[in-house]
Amino acid sequence: MAYSNKVIDHYENPRNVGSFAKDDPTIATGMVGAPACGDVMKLQLKINEQGIIEDAKFKTYGCGSAIASSSLVTEWVKGKSIDEAALIKNTDIAQELALPPVKIHCSILAEDAIKAAIADYKQRHGN
Amino acid sequence: MKLPIYLDYAATTPVDPRVAEKLMQFLTMDGSFGNPASRSHKFGWQAEEAVEIARAQIAELVNADPREIVFTSGATESNNLAIKGAAQFYHKKGKHLITAKTEHKAVLDAMRALEREGFEVTYLDVEANGLVDLNKLEAAIRPDTTVISIMFVNNEIGVIQDIAAIGELCRSKGIIFHVDAAQATGKVDIDLETLKVDLMSFSGHKTYGPKGIGALYVRRKPRIRLEAQTHGGGHERGMRSGTLATHQIVAMGEAFRIAKEEMHAERERVAVLRDRLLDGIKDIEQVFLNGDAVQRVPGITNVSFNYVEGESLIMALKDIAVSSGSACTSASLEPSYVLRALGLTDELAHSSIRFSIGRYTTEEQIDHTIKIVHDAIGKLRDMSPLWEMYKDGVDLGSVAWVAH
Repeated sequence: MAYSNKVIDHYENPRNVGSFAKDDPTIATGMVGAPACGDVMKLQLKINEQGIIEDAKFKTYGCGSAIASSSLVTEWVKGKSIDEAALIKNTDIAQELALPPVKIHCSILAEDAIKAAIADYKQRHGN
Repeated sequence: MKLPIYLDYAATTPVDPRVAEKLMQFLTMDGSFGNPASRSHKFGWQAEEAVEIARAQIAELVNADPREIVFTSGATESNNLAIKGAAQFYHKKGKHLITAKTEHKAVLDAMRALEREGFEVTYLDVEANGLVDLNKLEAAIRPDTTVISIMFVNNEIGVIQDIAAIGELCRSKGIIFHVDAAQATGKVDIDLETLKVDLMSFSGHKTYGPKGIGALYVRRKPRIRLEAQTHGGGHERGMRSGTLATHQIVAMGEAFRIAKEEMHAERERVAVLRDRLLDGIKDIEQVFLNGDAVQRVPGITNVSFNYVEGESLIMALKDIAVSSGSACTSASLEPSYVLRALGLTDELAHSSIRFSIGRYTTEEQIDHTIKIVHDAIGKLRDMSPLWEMYKDGVDLGSVAWVAH
């Protein structure tokens, strides 16, 4: 399959790979996907008291497009408020990375990962 | 070193230069370009003679009579002709067929087509090592079973089925036995005088011959009859009409001649390289060899690297040409049906790589491959949430995954 240069760049030089300590109260974790489907994304956001995402890290099990989608998302969410981050759409991700139709699910998964992390944050902070 | 390194000999092989040289002698005005069916002049006679030499060379590799060899466009056509041709010809005897779930698509889809014509097909499960259990095969046989099709060497995992034993079983029950031997020629000894096989498919391009040419062995004693699938001028004793592709046939003959001559030395050389590869990656954690460890050809090695995903692994291995599952299915997002049939978990089926080694593989290439594999697995596992969970002692089976 021919990948776009942006996918290859993110795949070869993934941004923000890694993990934060899960029990840190400023960390929100979203894990989406399933091994059976061939992709699992873990997105972690470091959120300050003002609700601004200060840092983000990811780990992804999946194809090049899945890795690129999650890598891109970690760049995009930094500096955003959680409400702004929640507005990131899979179509924006797919367009930025020029994903082919069979890889659209990777961008959907990345959007889901943001939503899951935010949901985790809200649950832990009683809202 | 020239990159990428070709380690996909099970998908196709390059044409041996000796074969290419032969092939080119049968194309142009200076060569023997005639139609082998032309009986009225020297051009035809020359081409016919060349075709008959090639037919004998192919028969020799498998210890058959040249009159038992029918040329086709490849193993896919041979499989179709054998299975459909025999099932249709003998349909009055019964309409039940048996094959295994790990067969090539050309066999499985030919069977599916017959199901639409009113035949019933049993798709046998294989054991976890990829081999057919003879007792289970025998239990699947019914009074109306007419054809059983089991491949010699599996294209994805390289296991060798016990063709001799299956042949004895089929013969004792009066069932026609077809064997897809596309991956077997030049890799394992095939003796059709002793094997109780009635139909056997061959491919040119898996054995250093050109693409677009294959053959079907059709036993004469006892005589097996087929319903033709391609109608026309009655070539190949009516079983496969169409002008014979002299240049490809001659090339396939030469390729099979070389295979016979060099098979044993080549098998040993390839086994040494395979052992070197396995030795080089065995210290990576959570690596599993797919298919029986002993009953296999040395050229095909299929391994699963747990907790990394196959497609990203292929990307990380861009300097080596390997495949994840078979080339015919790698465009889809589904894990290999062959590996699923072995009972592999989805994760392991998704993270499998087939390394296939052949005539032009060097020690230096294997050493470089080992290094690339180590780097790729390290990088992808550092990025893998599943690897992290495994390392933290999380049982992945107990996680409530959200399928999508």
